[in-house]
Amino acid sequence: MKAIVSELRPAISATLVLAVVTCGVYPLVVTGISQAAFGDKARGSLITDKDGVVRGSALLGQNFTGAQYFHPRPSAASSGYDAASSGGSNLGPTSQKLNDVIKERIAVYRSANGLAEDVPVPADAVTASGSGLDSHISIKNAELQAVRVAKARGMSVERVKELIAASTRWPDLGILGDAGVNVLKLNLSLDDWK
Amino acid sequence: MHSTDWLQFALYLGLLTLITKPMGLYLMQVLDAEGRTWFDPVLKPFEKLTYKLLGVDPKREQSWLQYTFAMLAFSLVGVVFTYAILRLQDVLPLNPQGLPALSHHLAFNTAVSFTTNTNWQSYGGESTMSYFSQMVGLTFHNFVSAAVGIGIAAALVRGIARSSVKTVGSFWVDLVRVTYYLLLPVCLVFAIFLVSQGMIQNFDGYTKVKTLEGAEQVIAQGPMASQVAIKMLGTNGGGFMNANAAHPFENPTPLSNFIQMLSIFAIGSGLTYYLGRMVKNQAHGWAVWAAMMVLFVGGVLVCAHSEAAGNPIHQQLGIAAEDGNMEGKEVRFGIFNSALFATITTAASCGAVNSMHDSFTAIGGLVPLFMIELGEVVIGGVGAGLYGMLVFVILAVFIAGLMVGRTPEYLGKKIQAKEVKLCMLTLLVLTLSILGFTAWACVSDWGVAGLNNSGPHGLSEMLYAYSSATGNNGSAFAGLTANTPWYNTTLGIAMLIGRFLMIVPIMALAGSLAGKQAVPPSAGTFPVNGATFTVLLIGTVLLIGALNFLPALALGPIVEHFLTTQGRLF
Repeated sequence: MKAIVSELRPAISATLVLAVVTCGVYPLVVTGISQAAFGDKARGSLITDKDGVVRGSALLGQNFTGAQYFHPRPSAASSGYDAASSGGSNLGPTSQKLNDVIKERIAVYRSANGLAEDVPVPADAVTASGSGLDSHISIKNAELQAVRVAKARGMSVERVKELIAASTRWPDLGILGDAGVNVLKLNLSLDDWK
Repeated sequence: MHSTDWLQFALYLGLLTLITKPMGLYLMQVLDAEGRTWFDPVLKPFEKLTYKLLGVDPKREQSWLQYTFAMLAFSLVGVVFTYAILRLQDVLPLNPQGLPALSHHLAFNTAVSFTTNTNWQSYGGESTMSYFSQMVGLTFHNFVSAAVGIGIAAALVRGIARSSVKTVGSFWVDLVRVTYYLLLPVCLVFAIFLVSQGMIQNFDGYTKVKTLEGAEQVIAQGPMASQVAIKMLGTNGGGFMNANAAHPFENPTPLSNFIQMLSIFAIGSGLTYYLGRMVKNQAHGWAVWAAMMVLFVGGVLVCAHSEAAGNPIHQQLGIAAEDGNMEGKEVRFGIFNSALFATITTAASCGAVNSMHDSFTAIGGLVPLFMIELGEVVIGGVGAGLYGMLVFVILAVFIAGLMVGRTPEYLGKKIQAKEVKLCMLTLLVLTLSILGFTAWACVSDWGVAGLNNSGPHGLSEMLYAYSSATGNNGSAFAGLTANTPWYNTTLGIAMLIGRFLMIVPIMALAGSLAGKQAVPPSAGTFPVNGATFTVLLIGTVLLIGALNFLPALALGPIVEHFLTTQGRLF
């Protein structure tokens, strides 16, 4: 015990000194450099409309329910796409609850997009992401929604597919990660088109 | 697995192999009080000033007992420091959301969690922690608990490499040098790279936005990149946000994901090279590394295969079978990067997650759970992985000695009853904590009340929680509602057991080995390099892991796998 007590003085000093360095100097230097070099990104990649109103973050998904918009993945973040309460469903493979909700989402997805009963539905369209804020959907999912969106907006399906391609993110360096369509960017480009 | 998945995996393994030697050589300099680095011109004056402020003489080395006492005193002060910050959060600065102070049991659990390099989180970051709590209360431990782990590993390696001496290094020198020369410089560059990928780093209040459909969305902000850099490099794993590295801010691109995965293994991999260099048997360092890699590649392939195969129950409902299991996963990472990250984060004691392990398929979820239960010796936590693996190395040498009927030797040191007892003590304590606490939770109302899933998956949630806490991992089958007095307290105790009842016997082992005379190798010495040794080491790790945990795993993920194929729901 006495041996521990004799080490308490250096322990307290070390805590204070290292706290100043690692929790004061270091984060402030990182903040300074980040704000100077990548200001927009450091502040959350926010998207502002022509009136100066912030409409979202390029990295975060939003809820979309209207037929004229592409729909994002289901979200388990609070009531859906709550960017102050991220998270997944955490339901396991044998969960009755997960089974029921997926069954319902599949029915809704098929009827909204006019798919037959035996057409398989893209997995990302009916499962919740880990963050609840996934900004992407699969290309397959976007293309299945294209007809509905084109009809609701009176646009040609070809034009909608061009916009899908313009909002598609391909794997980094050609191999890292999966391709995906950024739903917010896509919907913004649809509104601009109008 | 697609062809691009194989390419990513090959790129990952290739880069990891390439950085192992330079990292090991750099560690040689950092972990030597007299070592020289590129940063000496800038950092040497600060290092000297720090020793002066601490009142320690950097030239004075410590015995294993003094080293241990210094580490315990420092950890004790650290727990109190963070506990106080969390309890006083409401009156401390940098709290734009006006978040209240934490309850006593959550503050205890969190302070212990970060001090022990676990980073188990019973809370959601953005809804619980002020910027001050994150940046000071938690980031402090992300740095120093990593430095402590590396120091302990270095002390053990010194014990093996030295002979007939009493000292194993100075705790204070290891702590300061690792923090200044290794962690801080790497994190500075790493954090700015992460911001370049889209990670946030600001002190703004949460941003209110009007979505395209006219609803309100509140976007959590904060000084994230500076914390995430050390969270990954120091194998801490505690998320700034609740969704951790699945959150688009906390892991914006597949490239940021790739570099984060590499940073988890970087130091641990380099430490195996450091081991080889220190004991003047580089082939031994590589043999240990090879054993880790075999277990790692096996884990990744099983996990990725199971996630890609998906859940037959959901495919019956109409989900496209070729998409795999996407519940709890992000589109930008896809199946393979989620499975790879899950295996890395649990092979190491990191615990950050880029997908929700609770929603993995039964076998896909078994892999991270089993990786933790093997003792996180597959690269492992910074420092902790190496000293954990050295326990298995000594047991492997001991078993080999028994098989040929000679006194076992490890690198010229006789392995006797005392060393084997200390090694077994560390393993038994961990097993007892994991299985004992899980059993207790299973038969208690408070334990069952926290479950998010029923049936065998519920057992998996509890087993994962105590494995993660004892193994100082910090990842979770996150459906478990653990922010209750019982869970917070028992998990806190499990974390303390897993950290300190492991470190103290390890330090005793270091002291015992340092004091031994070196004996020259003879014809009967079992070589600790080459394929035979690697296979024996893998066998020892798997055998002990399987004997300890297969019965519990059979009742959790294994039975769940068979129920999934039969379509049984709970």
